Amino acid sequence: MKITEAFERGEFVVTAEVGPPKGFHIEHMLEEAKTYLSGITAVNVTDNQSSVMRLGSLATCKALKDEGLTPIFQMTCRDRNRIALESDLLSAALFGIENLLLLTGDHTKLGDHPQAKPVFDLDSVSLIHAVKQLESGVDLGGNELVGEPPKFAKGAVVSPCSDSVDVQLAKMERKVAAGAEYFQTQAVYEPEKFIQFMEKAKQFGKPVQLGIVIPKSVGMCRYMNANVAGIHVPEEMIEELKADKEKTKAGITGVEIAARVIKECRPYCQGVHIMAMGWESKVPELLRQAGI
Amino acid sequence: MLITELKEKEAILSLADGKKVFIINCHGCREVYFPLEEAEALQKEMESAGHVTGSITTDYICNPENMKLRLEKNMAKIEAADAVLVFSCGVGVQTISEYLEDKPVYAACDTYPQPGFQGVTPLEYDCDQCGECYLNITGGICPITACSKSLVNGQCGGSKNGKCEVDSEMECGWERIYRRLAQIGRLDLLKCPTQVRNFATDQETAE
Repeated sequence: MKITEAFERGEFVVTAEVGPPKGFHIEHMLEEAKTYLSGITAVNVTDNQSSVMRLGSLATCKALKDEGLTPIFQMTCRDRNRIALESDLLSAALFGIENLLLLTGDHTKLGDHPQAKPVFDLDSVSLIHAVKQLESGVDLGGNELVGEPPKFAKGAVVSPCSDSVDVQLAKMERKVAAGAEYFQTQAVYEPEKFIQFMEKAKQFGKPVQLGIVIPKSVGMCRYMNANVAGIHVPEEMIEELKADKEKTKAGITGVEIAARVIKECRPYCQGVHIMAMGWESKVPELLRQAGI
Repeated sequence: MLITELKEKEAILSLADGKKVFIINCHGCREVYFPLEEAEALQKEMESAGHVTGSITTDYICNPENMKLRLEKNMAKIEAADAVLVFSCGVGVQTISEYLEDKPVYAACDTYPQPGFQGVTPLEYDCDQCGECYLNITGGICPITACSKSLVNGQCGGSKNGKCEVDSEMECGWERIYRRLAQIGRLDLLKCPTQVRNFATDQETAE
């Protein structure tokens, strides 16, 4: 099923991401996904997230689909040139994978293979353009495809709490112009900033899913504030996590905070995208508390 | 422009390991920076250990005609050596290696590109000679060299406090572009059609 159909039906669309392991044994990951994520619309599979080499997104998407889940194939431009990207898009179509999330990708220097060559032959915008082109039956080289062309739901990302939000909005507009049909955002901890962003973003007329990362600990929040672009955890939230160490460790405080952010932002967006980072088991409780 | 850096001292000495070497220094040209003092210090050390049969120091060793004459004048000392150690950019080492085909020729330096044209352009105004200039749609700031990913359709999500995710000292090129376009009242240029790079022009020379 295409995620865009759920938006068209007016559903508040819930997705969550899973990160493939560094290895090819995915029984545990599949079990967790089936147990905790089978009730949601679709499951994103990250593509060598943070430039750390792992099992491939496409293969993991296929495995999730075989288990009856609806995968969203995340593709970055860091590791493949346009030939490999287009080829993988056709492979996805062969596997019946219909949802894409198209990103530029972190730089290789941030990951566990800093010696690797960063590709960036395409970027998020030109990758969306490439998908659109394939859907018209022609590849980026201008050559015709054989048979019925593939059709995908084309997703993209945006950073609503970025310190350069106008620059982000300009990029979002280019993604829409290139053919992006829905957006998932970077993690939000500042609902007021998100709401301001949505006031400006609604002109593009594309559904936006609020990005949520459950805050696991004070250390995690401090790390994100110092190092992760587009994320700022306000000091009050950090204080909340500090207050009761046991409650924070058990994930109770983090889920409470995340549920509150969802509730505050829900009237302004069309869905939520949860990046649980190993806390997939907390997703059902988070959704319950958020009233979804 | 190129910049040459000496390899690790141990790596260079192991090339000469117990052998006699003949040394060729290229003191470069306008295009190459050469680590003069470090090279001299290391060569003095090798000389005092009795490993060096002779040396040449000159410019433009990549000019084969000129180099041939210099090598011929020194051929006795070169033949007395087991190997030739060249302190130059990669072009110089290849020129010597081609001429002295029976002699092991080793590079003592690593060669890196140095952004900017020597003495003229600082890093932030660099040109990558991509063959499809974007400056007219990016406010005169080059997205190929000012962005660590050379993105041509706008900012990625990796900028924090205006700095690049790769280098906290480096300003995000697309934030610079955005500010400049705002300043000249041309933010409309950000709505230009999707740019797809053409790497077929990248390695071409002008016709």
